Amino acid sequence: MGGLDFKPGAPQEEEDEAIVRYNTRLGVYLFIAYVAFYGGFMAMSAFWPEVIGSPWLGGVNMSVLYGFALIVVAIMLALLYQKLSRKPGDGGAK
Amino acid sequence: MIHETSITAVLVFLFFAGTVLAISFYLGAKAKSAKGYFAAGGHIPWFVNGIAFAGDYLSAASFLGICGMIAFFGYDGFLYSIGYLAGWIVALFIVAEPLKRLGRYTFADALDNRFNSRGIKLAAAISTLVVSCFYLIPQMVGAGALIQPLLGFPHYVGVLVVGTVVTLIVVTAGMVSTTWVQFIKGSLLVCLCLFITVLLLMRGFSTADKEGSRQMRAGVPVAEVTGAPGVQVLPAEGAWADKPFVRVRDDKGIVKVWKKEAGDTLSETQTLTVLKDGSKLANGLPRGKGEGQGDLVPVGYASKLPGGVKETGPVGPFEFFTTMQDSEVILWGNQKIVDAEGTTTTVYFQKPTEGKAFMAPGSSPTFSKVKSEKFSDKLDFLSLMLALFCGTASLPHILIRYYTVKDQVSARKSTVVGIAAIGVFYILTLYLGLGAMTSGTLDVTDSNMSAPLLAKSFNSFLFAVLSAVAFTTVLGTVSGLIMAASGAVAHDLMTNFLKIPMDDVKKVRSAKIAAACVGCLAMVLGILFAKMNVNFLVGWAFNIAASANLPALAMLLFWRGTTKQGITAAITVGMLSSLGWILLSAQAYKDVYGIDPTTAIVPFSQPAIVTIPLGFAVLVIVSLLTKKSTPAVAGTASA
Repeated sequence: MGGLDFKPGAPQEEEDEAIVRYNTRLGVYLFIAYVAFYGGFMAMSAFWPEVIGSPWLGGVNMSVLYGFALIVVAIMLALLYQKLSRKPGDGGAK
Repeated sequence: MIHETSITAVLVFLFFAGTVLAISFYLGAKAKSAKGYFAAGGHIPWFVNGIAFAGDYLSAASFLGICGMIAFFGYDGFLYSIGYLAGWIVALFIVAEPLKRLGRYTFADALDNRFNSRGIKLAAAISTLVVSCFYLIPQMVGAGALIQPLLGFPHYVGVLVVGTVVTLIVVTAGMVSTTWVQFIKGSLLVCLCLFITVLLLMRGFSTADKEGSRQMRAGVPVAEVTGAPGVQVLPAEGAWADKPFVRVRDDKGIVKVWKKEAGDTLSETQTLTVLKDGSKLANGLPRGKGEGQGDLVPVGYASKLPGGVKETGPVGPFEFFTTMQDSEVILWGNQKIVDAEGTTTTVYFQKPTEGKAFMAPGSSPTFSKVKSEKFSDKLDFLSLMLALFCGTASLPHILIRYYTVKDQVSARKSTVVGIAAIGVFYILTLYLGLGAMTSGTLDVTDSNMSAPLLAKSFNSFLFAVLSAVAFTTVLGTVSGLIMAASGAVAHDLMTNFLKIPMDDVKKVRSAKIAAACVGCLAMVLGILFAKMNVNFLVGWAFNIAASANLPALAMLLFWRGTTKQGITAAITVGMLSSLGWILLSAQAYKDVYGIDPTTAIVPFSQPAIVTIPLGFAVLVIVSLLTKKSTPAVAGTASA
């Protein structure tokens, strides 16, 4: 980190069409996976509240576990995206 | 409850505000260029930007509102945590990198990148201003509502202090100082909540009376209350007729209210009475801390613990929840009774509730309809969850943070850091809320105070620090909102829409003037809306942002047939339809106009489930109709 005014030089970003395309597709796949997971929670809360309110793993309610999982999975998918996505210099599609 | 002013809290807040103001003035001299002012020169390190995301996003509504809702109703408050966090997935996977690639300073820049259309600039700027204002009002009112119990000043002082400090922060160094205030606030908030959660787990649960609190009586035979010497039972007439309460006046003339329970028993209640002349009685005594005066008793305790134990000792992170599920906790309901003389009495009554009931969705008035058999009742819940999911990545004050990092890789990395920090915080809200529920320090009149009062159950210094941090949460969010609004005025409207010729210096000057004006407007709105229940405005801001901005942004990125007319129409229709729906909803009827909510025109209150698809449909139809008039541009252009 530079000074308080954030002034270490910022090099001009280089665009690579293939990398942009790859990252966009990867992002969309991960997004769809998460939407399905989130949609499952919404559907269970709205249509099967008694199921989601019942004890599950280790006796903890499914609502608590599913809620935590939605947050933890979001963090894990974010890290996965960070790991799999490409940056300039990585080359195009594999 | 009457809260004592904490000098330590005032000092901690002054130290924080003084530090960020000193940094702002120090940096102010350096932020001369438009890029420096609007986007901190694009030099902010990704980690700092990630934490600043947390500082920008975790508003008073997130921190105090969610903890309070969990403390009062249980799991339902956590639904907001889930929705608010899930929205970041849209930001990371769909919006972050393209936005950085396409824009310069504002959200309108990215939308307009291909087209150079004045219509898009105008629509996007207005949408930014509308969403920012909807978000600003609850923050400013929240500042006023917090300063009284936390720091001991009247409401308008809170609004003016926040308004002035934030305006100075934004006007001096723009995005650079805004970033610092958000970074400091985000770090403090997450670390402090983590610390309190650890203390909470180490303390465990107990059914014993807490210091300064006592368990209210329940299961008392009617005869024991009404037959006591010198006691007179007041007749159940007028507004008190057909109510489940018994009023008794003791030999000192103090009126107490008991709630009728099953098996001819009564449970003790608490009452707050506002007389016609405005004076207040708490539990039948003049409200105050002096001789002959009284105040409401702090509450919040588990009445039964698993296995009949009185104390659990330290609990593990998952044992915390299993213990809560198998316990019985005294929650509190309330009923307002206005009698013919104009006296308003709010009766707060005990609701012994099993953990199984409050640890699942549908335990609060907001989400109770999720258990309804009626499909439209469920739509309200689904629509709000959709708005929270789609709204985050459409909030202008969040989007502009993407322009402060140097490249797309940094935008991505900073979002990952933001998601991690915000995710940890939202997990902690469930611990903090449930901890507050059983802390013995709850104020039945004010759910927003639950988190600071939980800290008070450990020690008064922690209360002071948490109060100051709670108050400063408002600074971080409001500074981001004012930055977004000033960018929309100076960059989108003045420079790009009205084409007023301005060099960098003039542009920064007009942005600063715009920020000062928005700051003043925020203060005025904060004072004007003081008496209004404004918590729902945050949800509305998410609905409007998602309906107006997301269809345009998503289709621009993923459909090459998108035209400038399509984008302009989608923003306009999305914004107006969601706004119109909200103003015609049962929630607005009840909370804004004060009329019968059953007469509301629209079938449910949260519009996102209708207006987001509407925005997409309008964009597609208008784009198809105007396809020939707009040259298609392959790929994406650089800014």
